[in-house]
Amino acid sequence: MTMHSLRLTTLTGILLSLLIALSPVRAQVPETANPESIQIGLSTDRVSITADFSGADLTIFGALDNSDPLIARHGRYDVIVVLEGPPRPVVVRKKTRFLGMWINTQSVTFVNVPVSYSVATTRALQDITHPDNYRQMALGANNITVVPAVRDDDPATIREFAVALRDRKKASDLFSERIGGVHFLSQSLFRATLHLAPNVPVGTHRARAFLFKNGVFIKESSAQLAILKSGFEQRIFRAAQEHSFLYGLGAVALAFVTGWIGRLVFRRD
Amino acid sequence: MGIYLPIAEMSVNMVVLLAMGAAVGFLSGMFGVGGGFLITPLLIFYNIPPAIAVATGANQVVASSISGALAHFKKGTIDFKLGTVLLAGGVVGSTVGVWVFSLLRSVGQLDLFVSLLYVALLGTVGGMMLVESVRALRRAAGGNVASLRKPGQHNWIHRLPLKMRFRASKLFVSVIPVIGLGVIIGFLASIMGVGGGFIMVPALIYLLKVPTNVVIGTSLYQIVFTAAYTTVVHSTTNQTVDVVLAFLLMVGGVAGAQYGARAGAKLRGEQLRALLALLVLAVALRLAFDLFVRPASLYSLSSLSGV
Repeated sequence: MTMHSLRLTTLTGILLSLLIALSPVRAQVPETANPESIQIGLSTDRVSITADFSGADLTIFGALDNSDPLIARHGRYDVIVVLEGPPRPVVVRKKTRFLGMWINTQSVTFVNVPVSYSVATTRALQDITHPDNYRQMALGANNITVVPAVRDDDPATIREFAVALRDRKKASDLFSERIGGVHFLSQSLFRATLHLAPNVPVGTHRARAFLFKNGVFIKESSAQLAILKSGFEQRIFRAAQEHSFLYGLGAVALAFVTGWIGRLVFRRD
Repeated sequence: MGIYLPIAEMSVNMVVLLAMGAAVGFLSGMFGVGGGFLITPLLIFYNIPPAIAVATGANQVVASSISGALAHFKKGTIDFKLGTVLLAGGVVGSTVGVWVFSLLRSVGQLDLFVSLLYVALLGTVGGMMLVESVRALRRAAGGNVASLRKPGQHNWIHRLPLKMRFRASKLFVSVIPVIGLGVIIGFLASIMGVGGGFIMVPALIYLLKVPTNVVIGTSLYQIVFTAAYTTVVHSTTNQTVDVVLAFLLMVGGVAGAQYGARAGAKLRGEQLRALLALLVLAVALRLAFDLFVRPASLYSLSSLSGV
């Protein structure tokens, strides 16, 4: 299926959900029960990394159900969309000077760190709600919980390495933030544009959308996105992992043939 | 033009890699070296993870050495018996090297070890070559002819037991130093991603007194198969051989080597050796610089497997 038709199906899905939301059954829900909710749909449920992949933008469409037109008009609804990569263990190493050389001497291993963490928001994070709320929700690159593999290390050391971990992830573009990346297309429809770094890891990523009203968190919705290597890249990767011996022989054969052809092409003796 | 490397899992510029391969190929054709000692550091400078740079470098060495090895095979300037004994040592050294490589990677000291080995070896070999070639240049200016081989001379190596006759090299020498040399070359091939010609050739000439006409051919024959073996073992143990990366380097390298050889034919031997020595020293200095200068960030991330 092409991206375009996928986007169409997703939009149809959103419209359907809007229709359901507007149906009389939902209308009976009492006003006090915070009736707003949020739905998101991805423009595609899989992204293929092809040979010419050098990063991409991912568009996520979403809708607010039962939004209050008055609040919407004053722009008091805020949406934060997060695309979180698969969790993996990470070793953070620190260099210190030894005999004049900079050498890795200390390390802390963290378990279940999302490989990537890309955020898009309607406004600057501090304008949406209080930092304490983000901390409570573990929302934002600086607030995601990173758990050390060994807990009995000095807490100050763990804090230092956790800061370094986020800093390095940001430097390699894997943790990113796009303020204004979420746009309201109408009172209830929005579009979020998230950044996929050129070194985005493959695996199942999770898109999560958080709805805030007047700075108060209302509702969350999530969807899955598979990031895969495309056919050729995937075949090479799988071959290297699963048939590593044959893969090695193949690499050697390729080198033999390339060197031999080079000799034929540029024959000098 | 971007291209995605499936094993390194990153997007790189294809033109840069082809140019890198061509530049190294040019230099290797000009100086008659494999070029592995340039490729691996260049890949590391280009932010390819060292583990992948080393394993892929070994793969590239196969391609860059095969064409020379074939040429020497045709001319009959390979001592197969000597080369095969060296190769036996190379297989052992490479196996040990890949094991040490995995171990260092898991404790996070691989990058340091690779850099240190490069700095130490390239610094020593480059320094020695520079001294030797400057002397030769002076002598040439004075009108004397330099001779590399002094057949009458014997050294401690010729007193070792387990002697074996190598007819093509007109040698009767103990297998211990031959296998030992092979082991060292294999070890370096697997840890540094080099062919090891820059150690093998002087060792064959100065230590084993192999006649110069079979030195290059025999060295290339051994390097092709040691590098091939190393590629397979790295691929099986660490899954760090990136064929897409290797292929780009090979294509650039094979083409560049031909032009380099033509340029090299115009220069005199001593001049070539002096230039090569300067190049080797420059790479060593650049790597030493990274070791001794405070890095931009003291912290680095790696996955548990070490990539």
